[in-house]
Amino acid sequence: MFARVSVQMQDFNLGIEVDALRKNDKRVGAVCSFIGTVRDRNDGLNVSSMELEHYPGMTEKAIEAMIDEALKRFDIFGARVVHRVGLLQPLDQVVMVAVTAAHRGESFKACEFLMDYLKTQAPFWKKEQTPDGARWVDARVTDDVALAKWGIEARNS
Amino acid sequence: MQVTIKYFASIRESIGKASEQRETAAGTLAGLRDELLAAGDIYTCLRRDRAVRVALNQVMSAEAVQLTEGCEVAFFPPVTGG
Repeated sequence: MFARVSVQMQDFNLGIEVDALRKNDKRVGAVCSFIGTVRDRNDGLNVSSMELEHYPGMTEKAIEAMIDEALKRFDIFGARVVHRVGLLQPLDQVVMVAVTAAHRGESFKACEFLMDYLKTQAPFWKKEQTPDGARWVDARVTDDVALAKWGIEARNS
Repeated sequence: MQVTIKYFASIRESIGKASEQRETAAGTLAGLRDELLAAGDIYTCLRRDRAVRVALNQVMSAEAVQLTEGCEVAFFPPVTGG
């Protein structure tokens, strides 16, 4: 069985992940993917590295539930989410979401839905190193607003 | 009843531990939070004016939800993944 969710220290390869997601599935006519990467700047300060912490067990369950919800809401065939944890540097990949569907519209929507959901409901926390010292990244109200457009109240930030 | 409590990110750092077992008389998540607040200064980060999210058995939960014997509770700040 192809895993839908991975939380891992190591890097990922989008091409390999997409190949596995759509392998032998002749129904697929659209694959939409998103990758989030580490920026070298956040909230006005330079960021030299970032430590990602999560809640083992809950993280995987929460993302599995999000994929189940996406499969109910959208006409898609499958989804894959990979999220890294541990110490990351600017340029590093952090997260990827890939979705397969018959047509592009549903794949675009489901991919955005999964990222909006993950940003406010999956238990990850970022701590960044800046010239002023280490700081925990603040949750953004705009991420709650992004989830609200899908009719879900985030109650995060 | 006996509960396991986990702490993450800035809350874990403030309290100074990642988890603890606790005997509690509280009936709900809110009651458990109140009990911790009364238990000592290390729990100040759980004050009502702080942004704290709560999970029960690894699911985000409202604080009115009832505790059950042996349950796993987690307190953490707003999430910032992705």
